[in-house]
Parts: sequence; C-alpha cells; structure tokens
Amino acid sequence: MIPSSFTYKKASSVSDALAMLKEHGDEATLLAGGHSLIPALKLRLNDYGYLIDISKISELKSIDDKGDHIEIGAGVTHGEIVDSALLQSKVPFFSEAADLIGDVQVRNMGTIGGSIAHADPAADWPALLLAADATINIHNGSSSRSVAAADFFQGLFHTAVEEGEMITSISVPVSANAKTKYIKFMQPASRFAIVGCAVNLEMSGGTISSAKVAYAGVSATPFRDSAVEATLAGKSLDDATIEAAGNAAADSASIMSDHFASESYRKQMAKVYTKRALKALA
Amino acid sequence: MSYIGKSVKRVEDKRFITGKGNYTDDIKLPNMTAGIFVRSPYAHAKIKSVDISAAESSPGVVKVFTGEDIAASGINGVPCGWQVNFKNGDTMKEPPHPLLVKDKVLHMGDAVAFIIAENYAQAKDAVEKVVVDYENLDAVTDPEEAAKGGAPLVHDDAPGNVCFDWELGDPKDEVAAALANSHHVTTLDLTNQRVVPNAIEPRSAIGHYEDAGDKFTLYTTSQNPHLTRLLLCAFVLGIPEHKVRVVAPDVGGGFGSKIFHYTEEAMVIWASREINRPIKWTAERSESFLTDAHGRDHKTHVQMGFDKDGKITALQSTTFANLGAYLSTFAPAVPTYLHGTLMQGLYTSPKINVDVTGVFTHTNAVDAYRGAGRPEATYQLERLMDLAALEMGMDPIELRKINFIPKFDGVNEPGYATRVALQYDSGDYHGVVDKALEMVGYEAFRKEQASLDNGKLLGIGFSTYIEACGIAPSAVVGALGARAGLFESAQVRVQPTGKVSVYSGSHSHGQGHETTFAQVVADRLGIPLEDVEIVHGDSEAVAFGMGTYGSRSLAVGGSAIVKSIDKVIEKGAKIAAHKLESRVEDLEYAEGKWTVKGTDKSISFGDVSLTAYVPHDYPADLEPGLDFSSFYDPANFTYPFGCHVAIVEVDKETGQVKLKRFIAVDDVGNIINPMIVEGQIHGGLAQGIGQALFEGTVYSDSGTLMNASFMDYSMPRADDLPNFEVDRTVTPCPHNPLGVKGAGEAGCIGSTPAVVNAVIDALWKGGHEVKDIQMPLISERVWNAMQNGSSN
Repeated sequence: MIPSSFTYKKASSVSDALAMLKEHGDEATLLAGGHSLIPALKLRLNDYGYLIDISKISELKSIDDKGDHIEIGAGVTHGEIVDSALLQSKVPFFSEAADLIGDVQVRNMGTIGGSIAHADPAADWPALLLAADATINIHNGSSSRSVAAADFFQGLFHTAVEEGEMITSISVPVSANAKTKYIKFMQPASRFAIVGCAVNLEMSGGTISSAKVAYAGVSATPFRDSAVEATLAGKSLDDATIEAAGNAAADSASIMSDHFASESYRKQMAKVYTKRALKALA
Repeated sequence: MSYIGKSVKRVEDKRFITGKGNYTDDIKLPNMTAGIFVRSPYAHAKIKSVDISAAESSPGVVKVFTGEDIAASGINGVPCGWQVNFKNGDTMKEPPHPLLVKDKVLHMGDAVAFIIAENYAQAKDAVEKVVVDYENLDAVTDPEEAAKGGAPLVHDDAPGNVCFDWELGDPKDEVAAALANSHHVTTLDLTNQRVVPNAIEPRSAIGHYEDAGDKFTLYTTSQNPHLTRLLLCAFVLGIPEHKVRVVAPDVGGGFGSKIFHYTEEAMVIWASREINRPIKWTAERSESFLTDAHGRDHKTHVQMGFDKDGKITALQSTTFANLGAYLSTFAPAVPTYLHGTLMQGLYTSPKINVDVTGVFTHTNAVDAYRGAGRPEATYQLERLMDLAALEMGMDPIELRKINFIPKFDGVNEPGYATRVALQYDSGDYHGVVDKALEMVGYEAFRKEQASLDNGKLLGIGFSTYIEACGIAPSAVVGALGARAGLFESAQVRVQPTGKVSVYSGSHSHGQGHETTFAQVVADRLGIPLEDVEIVHGDSEAVAFGMGTYGSRSLAVGGSAIVKSIDKVIEKGAKIAAHKLESRVEDLEYAEGKWTVKGTDKSISFGDVSLTAYVPHDYPADLEPGLDFSSFYDPANFTYPFGCHVAIVEVDKETGQVKLKRFIAVDDVGNIINPMIVEGQIHGGLAQGIGQALFEGTVYSDSGTLMNASFMDYSMPRADDLPNFEVDRTVTPCPHNPLGVKGAGEAGCIGSTPAVVNAVIDALWKGGHEVKDIQMPLISERVWNAMQNGSSN
C-alpha cells in the first residue's frame, strides 16, 4: 500500500491551484479529502506525478445563503453538510444524505466537490444534485462556467470537467414549497448505495406541482426517472400515487449488477425505496 | 488471595491500547531490507517466461529471486502436518508447495518472484517491472465441481482432483436401510461457504541470518512458533534446529490463519542467508485476502431420519471439502477428524455415516479457521434439527430434548462414547437449553411472533452444539495422522526473591494468557498477581510449545503450568520442612506459606525461594534452585457445549435481515476469568453471525477472487449486532486439573446455524416453506426465497 512517488503541492487559492494544474497538465490531479484518490494511488490503480492539495483553500469551504439558492463550496466536507443549519432547514435531504456517507472519519475528510468529480456511480451526491436541479460551477483559471447536474454526470467516473478545470462550488436552488427525502439501501461492505433514492417534490397545497426523483447506485450513470416524475406530477401524495410512482421506477434504466444485488433485484429495490421515500414525505 | 473466577483486568491491554505493542512489523533491524512477492493475477496459468531484468536494475533493488532459483536450490516446499489416508489405505495426495512457482500458477496470489530492495517503496516500484508471460488455463473453484470427471486438473498426479476420500461411523448400507425405514427424513444440500479470516494484523515475517554464528532468527506472526521452527528446519530448508530461533512477538489476532507454516516464512529465512542481510515482508491487506489460509468451504449433502416420536434413527452426511491448490499445515484434519467426529452432536443417534472427499481446486489453501470442522458439523446437525421440527410440526426444542444424551459428569457417571470415535467428557445439555429459554422468554416470544403485523417477519432459531477442544492425547492424534504431538510444555521459574516467571508453549494472540495464566499461578501459589510474569512466543525462552489453536491453551497449556507449580510446591515443602524442623507430612501450604499443622510456625514462599538459591541452611539431599518444567499430554479432548438462540426480523419487501436478539448460554467448564471468557464468546458470536449474514468469498468462473477487499467483502460490524445476552452453566472437565474446557471457538461454532434457522423460521411463519438459503444471507437471497419458495 505504497503509491508511486509523486510531488505534493499545496494550493493557497483557486487561482493558485488552477495555475498548478495548467503547469503540470495531465500529470497532475487535485487532492481534496483523498478518500477515493489515495486508495486508488496506494493500490496503484492511478499514478500522478503531482498532487495539488486544495483541501485548505478557504474560498472553497463556505456554505452561503444566496436567497433563491444556496452555494456550497467544493471543499465543504460531508460532515459540514450534516451539521449545516442552513441546509438542514432549506434543503434537508442534503444533510440527510451526507449523514449516510461512510463513517465519521470519512465525513470529516471527504468533500462534496471531490465526490462529484470522482463520479462513482454508487456515491450519493450525484442523485442529490440531480434531484435538486443543482448547478456545478467550474473554473479554468481564466473563466468560469456553470453546468446543470443533468449535463454534468456523463458516465462511469466521467463528468463534464475538462483538463485544466476545477469545480469551485455547487448552487442548489431553494424552494419554500419543497419536500425532500433521501434514503439508501446500503451495500453491506462499502456502505455505498445499492439503491439511493433522492426525492424533491414541489408542492402546491396538497398537490405535487412537479417532482424530481433521482437514483444513485442503480445505473452506471446517476439518473432522474421521468416516468416516476410524470406519475407524481399533478397528484396528491396518497397511497395510490405512491404505489404507482414506485412501480414505475427504474423501468427504462440500464441497471448494474454485482454479487450483492442482481439487475432484477436492484430494479425491484429501486421501486421499494421510491415508495419508502415518498411515504416518508406523505 | 484468590484470583480464580475473578474478572481481573487484562494486564496486556495497557500496551495494546496505548500503542506500545511490539508486533513483527514494528521490529527494525540494522541493515534490514524489504521483500515483496510478485503474485499471480490468474487462478491457473502456465508461466511461459519471467523477465526480471528491468526489476533487477530498478533503484534500490538488492536481489530478485524466481521459481527457477528456488528449484535450482533444491529447497523442498512447505510440508503438510497431517496425513489422511484414502479409504483403501493409500496415502493422501501431497503435491509439493514450492516457495516460488516455476512452471504453473495454481491459484490467484501464487508467488512467482520475490523482490528484495533497500525499502518498501523501491520494492513496490520494482514489482511493476517484472514481466511474467502467462498462458491462462481453465480453472475450477467449487469442490464438488472439481471432483466431477472432466474438471480442469490442479495437479497431474491427483486424478479427479481428489486428495483423499474418508469415512467414519456405521456402514453406509446400514444407514441407508435405517433411513429407508424412518417415519420422516429431513434432507439438506448445504454450502458452508469459504470465509477469509481477516485478522487485524496482516501476516509478517522477518528473516535474519547472522553469518558469524551461522544462526537464523525468524520473527513471525505465528500462533505456533515452535512448530513453525520444526517444520522450517526439518522439512523445508534442512537447517539445524538449534541454530534457529523463532520469535512470535505480539500477534494481532489469528483465528487459525496464523497456526500454519507459510512459504513466506521459509522464503525470508532462505533469502536472508543468500544476501546476508535481514529481510522483512509484511502482507498488504489485499495480499492477506489472497494468501492467508481460508476457512470452511464444504459442499454437503445430509439426511437425518426420525421415528414417529421424533427420535433420530440415522444420519448420512456426505461432504466435498475444498482444500485449495496446496495442502496447508493441518488442512486434511479439518474436514475429517475435526468434523466427522462431531457429527453425533448432543444426540443419541443409532446409525451415523460420515463420508468426506478432500478436493484440490484452483484457490488459496483452506485450513483451520475458528472452530475448524466443528462449525461445519454443527451447521449440518442444527440446521437439520430446526428444519425437521418445522417439517414434522414439532417444537424445535422438544425435538432436541427427545434426542439429548442424558446428563453425565464423567466422574460418577462414565463419559459418553459416540458412534463416531469420541468419548465426551461431561455434559448437561438440558441445563443450557432451559437457561436459554428462560432468557428468551420463549412462550411470550411465540405469541409476539404470531401477532406481528409491521411488514416484517419475526423468526427464532436454535443451535445446541457440542465441540471438542484441546485435541489430544498425542498417541491418539498420531494414530489419526498427526505428524506432531499435541501436548504442551510449561516452565515455572521461581526467582530468588519469590517472584515467578512462567514460560509457556501456548501463544497468546489476543486471548489474554498473560492475565489468565497469571491468575492460575498466583492463585495456586498464594502470591500477588503482580509477582507473576508470563513469557511466551520465543523458541529461545520457552523449551517447547505446540501453540494456541483449537481452544487448547488453558486446558492443555494451563494444565502444564499447574503440573510445574505442583512440583514447585512439593520441593518447596522439603525446604520448608528443613527450615521449620518439621516433617513434610506435617506441613500445609496455603496463602503463600507453609505452616506446621496445628501450630503458628510457618515460613513464607519468598523465604523458601531465597533459601533455594542461597542454600546455606539446606536439606543435604536436595538440589538448590526452584525451577520446574513439565510436559502435559491430556487424557482426552474437552467438550464444551451450549445453546444459542437468534431472533431475527425479515423485511418482506427487501429480504433484509435484522438480528434483533442473540442469546448464548455456553458451558465451557470452570472459568478462571469471566470477563475474558465473555470477551471470547462475544468475538466468536460476531464471527459466527458474520458467516451467517455477511461474509463469504465470491469467485469468477476463471477463478478470480472478486471480493478481495473490505469494500466488497462484508465483515460484521458493531452496528449490525445486538447487545449479546450471554450466560453460562458450569460442568467441570473431569480429566484436567483446572476443570476447564475452552472458550475460544464456542461462540463461532454455535451461532451460525441459529441465525440461519431464525431466518428460515421467519419465512415459514410468512408462508414460505423454504428448506435452505445459502449463506451469507444477503438480502437478495432472502428476497428470492420469499418470491420462489426456495433459495434458487
């Protein structure tokens, strides 16, 4: 468990980190919490000449109330999201989800930016960002751009981030009429998601005006399920609606399989967990 | 001052929990190098070529050895320590297990080269520069498949991949006839899946050759340092035993996997002489997954017959036992003498036949793992009992009680001779069951179970087990094929000031010997606990040892200590009699002093000790000194037993199993330290429950171990387990001086079937009359069983 030798560089600011990235090109990568990167290096699955440590950059570490959205710095840890009073009250499923990630040590080191940059299909954040309709803010040293979550996650460990870019923050829209929930069927060894179900319902009185339902762990790419969302839209959250929505889940998805959960079982659990998440909001 | 029976805090814990332990990997020797093995990623492949030129010129590399070097050196492979013969009397197939492979790798993780560098990072870099050209071949990993005609062969000289076939008990045709005449027959096809021991400390070994004295020192993570020395010297390297010191310092858990003599130990010793420098190798966790001897892996077909009253009529058990690609030290003993002999359980079965085929596969070696054979036997019997009760509409406890061997103490009543070669020492099987049922609140539970309506199914499962510890005596195990004795040695050295050093051949790797043994010594001698020091794990300090496994340390090693203490007291009495101007017969020894009976004339243990070493005023015919060694060879095994009860909740929609309660009443004989015994039981329960619910290897068709990391191999964790409800009864062992039986494995032996039985019971209550769900009971398997009515 010893990585190949690399040069460690500590970045003091976003522009500093991006300058280092530019200098070293594809020989370099960013180190935040290190909970995916360091094991991969130690197992020699990855090999970089330079690690640029961005974990102490203060401008990446705040959670800010911007009125109609909350901006979460890429360097905010899962633990800080668990503890954030702002997120607990305005986007409660973010705090719920963060509390289901790993263990205390992982939550205290791992960051939301690092997790989405890695884009593990069984990680929780991609489903949350999709269901929240979040925007990922990316910088390349000279300009910044924003990418909708729906366009950000492009495949297994594959995102919209290009060489020379880094994620700086995530913008999460806030609605006073939203009801949110995240629940997870955990893989018993890693405690990553076999099924993670993120639900974000925009309510109008007793009626669901619009629904966003997204899944982690089910497909190689996290996805929103338009069939489930269509079943919910315009309905009240009663038993019949919940049953119909759950039954529609994951029907058109390409589903993963492993020794803990086959394709058919995973699909069935996506349905069960959809119902359970909705029931929790009813 | 009495120490026996008290929960004295473990004296070793201060160094363990403050980071002051001294483990093999902590040892740093001057001029030491780092060794790393290049291991096969394939389960079965021809080695067409090995190119080490780039590795040899890699920075810091001292030397690279390959299978060619080992073959050219004429070193033997590591030997097997137990011989099992075929039914026809032929000797088992015993293919060589070379330190490095030259022509063909036989399992994922097989070693093809050994790289020695100035440090680990450099060795690690060099590993990536070794180019091995493999020709991949078909592999077989399942023992029953491997024994079928046409399966890929592991060894050319083991046809059908069979290492041995073996049977025990009544003739098969008699058992078949009894089954045919039975009122009811319960049948199960079981897989006792392969598990990975996963001691918290990975294996490690340091070879240190000193040319000045032509001496070797091996530091190693061993439960069994003396036997490792014997095998290393006499069978592998042919080096003189008196020139070899083996030290097993603090060892962080073993669960059996550190009993065995491994190729890596021989490699660092041999290579250390070749380069004339010390070499340390420490396994990475993924290497531990691939190369620490695994446990279990039995495919079994078993049938139990009953008469109309529920009395057992017959048992036929047929097992294909996976031994892996090479024979580990005690591998052949586990599925035979440690499994077949336990197939009567606590029951008075009239006819039993146990048939076992030991099979080679393209997998890592399988050997003793906590329980070793007894869990596999218990799993069959106890699954059969609960399933038979469901099938016959009987209460599972009633069915057992009908069949229990009646209470016997082994003193006034004789031991109980089974039909499968054992003589149980003492037992009261109703006692543990009654106590457990009281703790469960059995009647109330059955009412709750019937009325539950929350989307969950509630189930209860039982296991009433017996096991055999302290395997012995040597003459018997020798007749059964052991190539070693199974005694233990202990030296009690009384220092001139009356302080006591004890040199034990047992080896603690988490069991707390430094506390328990010291309690025995302090209690017997009537001296403070702090005056006793336990030394173990160093072949140069301890005369000889057979190590720690099979829950033998206190029953065998503790008894050896008692023998030496008795000798100390006997000689001390002669010195005391001289000093007190009395006769030995007129003295009594209590509370650390000899007293002339009926008087207040006495002399303390300390004064006698000093007199023994300063013998100015001393018996004329007595040698000075107070220092005795003993070898204790037990008369029999010991037989702990118990009743374990699991209560589970099964989620109808997902198949997820939640263990709600676990009750364990164990009888491990007399108890020296209740806290340590309870800790052993707790750990055993976690491992046994782990096998039932979480653990198990997964191999691909090509023989790749798919879950060789903690990300994919599921271990039981604290939040998976309820607070264990643990109690005991005490039925002393009649044949050892402490009356102890052994507690290390009981928890792991009894618990597994109780958990699976509880899930099966829950499913039957939900209308799913399934016979079996394959372990581990991951959610999908349970869910499938509820959909299909079976596990498949």
